[in-house]
Amino acid sequence: MTLSRILDARRVDLLRVMEMVAPGSRVLDVGCGDGELLRLLAEERNVDGRGIELSQQGVNDCVAKGLSVVQGDADADLADYPNDAFDYVILSQTLQATRQPRVVLENMLRIGRRAIVSVPNFGHWSVRVQLAFRGRMPVTEQLSYSWYDTPNIHFCTITDFIELAREVGAVIDKSVALDEGGAELSAIWPKWTWNLVGEQAIFLLHHQGRERAGEPAATGPARVSAEAAG
Amino acid sequence: MPFAKQNDIRPKGFSLVDDLVPPANGASLQALYPDSRTLRVDSSALAMDSGATLSPLTIAYQTYGVLNAEKSNALLLCHALTGDQHVANLHPVTGRPGWWETMVGPGKPFDTDRFFVLCANVLGGCMGTTGPASLNPETGEPYGLDFPLVTIADMVRAQALLIDHLGIDTLFCVAGGSMGGMQVLQWAAAYPERVFAALPIATAARHSSQNIAFHEVGRQAIMADPDWRSGRYLTEHTRPSKGLAVARMAAHITYLSDSALHRRFGRNLQDRAARTFSFDADFQVESYLRHQGQIFVERFDPNTYLYLTRAMDYFDLAADFGGSLASAFKGSPTRFCVVSFTSDWLFPTSDSRAIVRALNAGAASVSFVEIETDRGHDAFLLDVPELIETTRGFIDAAARARGIA
Repeated sequence: MTLSRILDARRVDLLRVMEMVAPGSRVLDVGCGDGELLRLLAEERNVDGRGIELSQQGVNDCVAKGLSVVQGDADADLADYPNDAFDYVILSQTLQATRQPRVVLENMLRIGRRAIVSVPNFGHWSVRVQLAFRGRMPVTEQLSYSWYDTPNIHFCTITDFIELAREVGAVIDKSVALDEGGAELSAIWPKWTWNLVGEQAIFLLHHQGRERAGEPAATGPARVSAEAAG
Repeated sequence: MPFAKQNDIRPKGFSLVDDLVPPANGASLQALYPDSRTLRVDSSALAMDSGATLSPLTIAYQTYGVLNAEKSNALLLCHALTGDQHVANLHPVTGRPGWWETMVGPGKPFDTDRFFVLCANVLGGCMGTTGPASLNPETGEPYGLDFPLVTIADMVRAQALLIDHLGIDTLFCVAGGSMGGMQVLQWAAAYPERVFAALPIATAARHSSQNIAFHEVGRQAIMADPDWRSGRYLTEHTRPSKGLAVARMAAHITYLSDSALHRRFGRNLQDRAARTFSFDADFQVESYLRHQGQIFVERFDPNTYLYLTRAMDYFDLAADFGGSLASAFKGSPTRFCVVSFTSDWLFPTSDSRAIVRALNAGAASVSFVEIETDRGHDAFLLDVPELIETTRGFIDAAARARGIA
């Protein structure tokens, strides 16, 4: 698997997630699909990766790739993991599909020394336009389901997520917003605009009760480290 | 004395059938003269969980494929309650194909072109490994109930003797379903450094109350048969076939599912147009169960059934590790793949999830797949494509990690 294939697959967010992970760390990918990210992390970051995936096909694909993946879901199965079992717990584009996003986030921060969460932004201008002017529940390229059959039952905006993180006692170490093409929003978009122009955002967090000392340092390109607002 | 001429290896052209007066059948013959290679351990006694020691000990086993020079490609299969070592060859008693031919063979997940596949009859079994139908050296008669109670850990200890004998330090993989899966878990817990990969299928880290209850029904059926003779039927030349058949019939139901039975038999009548208003086997499902009972008694020893069901009942891996299953797997270097089936109500998915939870808590490497099928517990023996593909993926990946071509 090459990086360009990931790009072709329109999951550029996976590359951004990967850059937040320190080499050689232990990672749990919750909702790991067919194992694309885990494999990328194994190849590019030499991580010891584990996964949780709901679909049998996804689990089978992962097992066939030699990945350690357990069939299960974020709501039911995170509670079974002990504290501090991983350096990173990753939840990519899945939080909005969980029954209890807050509990899931709390569990992630408990199991992992760091959590990485990517969320689609329901505050994006195209969503607002559809709701405001057409009076319809938004259907976008990234959120392509109709309201009645969507697995995404708990949408949030970037601002909403930041508020949730604050409520559960998480500190945001890094945040990145991506545009429709998956490119990182450049410096011309100040953070207060992210909630309007960001298609999705990726957060690296830890629980405030944890020591900062001895934490693994991400080796990706340096990123602006401040909270988004707006 | 019909059993006086014991040998460990069946002599060519042997003709002891005449000596083995009825009720000798395939099962009791195989117990003494197995159609398998055997290892006889005289040097040291096997210390068992019950406190008893066993000596001499014979282990009957089958192998497929070739052990490589590094001895790194050995794949141990553990058989279930009524299985045996004849995994992928015609059964010496029934003449039927081996019980895991879907999985074992050239190009199959347990690829005999790449792996040295071996399977031993379990301790307490009746296909050549020492068990209640074997001769007690102290009396020269079959052990019967004088045979010490066997545990899953005892079975694994005996297998470890075989592995030692073959000069194998680390097994590439240990795999098995049901009682075989219990042995897989025991192997991984007792000898973590000797198990590179473990594949426990449709199993549990402890036998449930319901399963103990079913086993007790089976045992009582055997013991209620007047021909059981307090376990001395071999010496007294009787055979509790009816009791064993009933035990098998009851157990067989637990291996299937309601929907699988319904799909296969429904309420269809057997070779008749209408009910007979009798207790004849009117329904196909009755006829099927009776047939299953009958063919089973031809190949299985009733006392072995008692001993092996007891071994499963006693299995509680966490209890051996201070009540914590996670402790059994703490820091395990073994890579696990746990498999369950949606319609298996004997070893339901919750049992497998308990294993997975413990492995996660012990920071072990684990994959877990719950396979959707209506074929019940026996699905692990059947041609279930998802099982075959999952196994293939897991084994191939483990082989790459192990450096086996």
